Amino acid sequence: MRTAWKNQLTGYAFISPFIIGFLAFTLIPIIASLYLSMTDYDLFTTPGWIGLDNYVEMFTKDKKYWQSLKVTFLYVFIGVPLRLAFALMVAMLLNTASKAIGLYRTIYYLPSIIGGSVAVSIMWRNIYGDQGIINLLLNSLGLDSVRWFADPLAALWMLITLSVWQFGSSMLIFLAGLKNIPRPLYEAASVDGANAFHRFFKITIPMLTPIILFNAIMQTIGAFMTFVPAYIISKGTGGPLDGTLLYSLYLFRQGFQFFDMGYASAMAWVMLIIVAVLTSVLFLSSKFWVHYESKEG
Amino acid sequence: MADQSSGRTASVSPGGMGLSKRPKGKSRELSPAKTFKWTIYHLFAAGGAIIMVYPVIWLLMSSFKPSDKIFVTSDSLIPDPWIWSNYTQGWEGIGGYSFGTFIWNSLVLVVLATIGAVISSAFVAFGFARLKFWGSAFWFTIMMITLMLPHDVVLVPQYILFSKLGWLNSINPIVIPAYFGMPFFIFLMVQFIHTIPREMDEAATIDGCGKFKLFYRIIIPLIAPALATAAIFSFYWRWEDLIGPVLYLNKPSLYPVSMALKMFLDADTLSNWGAMFAMSIVSLLPVIGVFFLFQKHIVEGISTSGLK
Repeated sequence: MRTAWKNQLTGYAFISPFIIGFLAFTLIPIIASLYLSMTDYDLFTTPGWIGLDNYVEMFTKDKKYWQSLKVTFLYVFIGVPLRLAFALMVAMLLNTASKAIGLYRTIYYLPSIIGGSVAVSIMWRNIYGDQGIINLLLNSLGLDSVRWFADPLAALWMLITLSVWQFGSSMLIFLAGLKNIPRPLYEAASVDGANAFHRFFKITIPMLTPIILFNAIMQTIGAFMTFVPAYIISKGTGGPLDGTLLYSLYLFRQGFQFFDMGYASAMAWVMLIIVAVLTSVLFLSSKFWVHYESKEG
Repeated sequence: MADQSSGRTASVSPGGMGLSKRPKGKSRELSPAKTFKWTIYHLFAAGGAIIMVYPVIWLLMSSFKPSDKIFVTSDSLIPDPWIWSNYTQGWEGIGGYSFGTFIWNSLVLVVLATIGAVISSAFVAFGFARLKFWGSAFWFTIMMITLMLPHDVVLVPQYILFSKLGWLNSINPIVIPAYFGMPFFIFLMVQFIHTIPREMDEAATIDGCGKFKLFYRIIIPLIAPALATAAIFSFYWRWEDLIGPVLYLNKPSLYPVSMALKMFLDADTLSNWGAMFAMSIVSLLPVIGVFFLFQKHIVEGISTSGLK
């Protein structure tokens, strides 16, 4: 009996940092945030209870809120699939035995390592400038320059391309997955006369579906929280015409520039619900498209 | 998690670079068709690679151009004239502090947070991976949920908490939470510990090793690669972190590199692009340096855990 108790205590002793941190920095703050979302707290005066007013304001009156939702959804639902498609494409390109693979892999992954930095956002801002290399490229193709900082949709495109540019980590995960597909599967298929197209859709894609699901979930959550590029590229405004007002940036502005902490908390809770719903939809949908070897025997 | 099975095997065969598995000596003659395929392949792969790094190279080369020439000559990579003054000017810093101060501030943040994150995560990971206790599955699930939790949800309440604690304008809000285990690193290390045979533990226990001794004598040395991976990622995230400093560090004397660059951008007049580019490059150097030094750990870390 004594050793059983001791085992319990040892176990909890080891994981206690996590439990304490979880309670202090995650659980209690989340609950506090639910309470704050029903107040008009501004950091300086005592919070006044206003019930669901923040939520009502958000959904019925605040045009900027809808704008930021729109921008974020466009960013996530264009950016993430493009990023995953590039990741898979390049992973397949690199899944051969060539001596240069190590070098290529390094170069393709590099943007993912530096992509979250302020320096890269500054760089991105400048390659899209009126005289930047993107416009030079367009001109050399015979197209007109685009004023990326004048048109809200063009500005959002800057953020999307920056996100797609960082497909490296998904690529590495796909690459690991590709290496785990048993060779005999392909060989058998080839013997049966399957061409490259068939092999891709009948073997590669089904075998990768668990990894696609994992990547899709993690990248979607990550994309929803994107802050630095929007903050730096728009210099904190979310402009032009709120074209880069990603959800996180608008939340930040409400909370820490206008000090409407109650409103920001309400926004945070809605975001939590959106992310939870999206994640569950992805998980639930996986029944229909994710292939698990063990179940099929 | 969906990727567990694939991840596990990936860590066993590290990297998987296509390096010289073939018999030595170039005896095999390439047929013209093969040579053609080979050429097309490398044209594609190398072309893509150049497009990927071109913006960074452009930034690097522009940092050696005079500010008023950067955009006039943005179609050419070669600076003419080639100058260093952007670096000396940028290094003088901004707001009365030299860029060296900002780098020092960043280093302090990174080192303190990384030490905390790695040690505490290893502790917790050992608990989850090797100790049997009531509720361990429950807490592990909680941890996996935290891992997917959008950080924005706790932004406001944490800010209020830390301001009540009097931690504003100190590095405490950024550093101290790292000492309570980082879910990503815990997950990574749990995965890694699972690959270590349990016979190791049993042998050590028979020799009279307590759990704590088992942890730091046996497990810690064996999971060194995972610790290194966690440390590298912690370094990246802290070095590049902007939201923490934006919220909690409001004095230029405390600014890390990310905030200093933001300050350059805010003060962006037509004249100091060169200095801003130069310091952007300086801020990227440690990141790229660490990347090239520890590539193998990074690639394995991502392949095993899906770290970002």
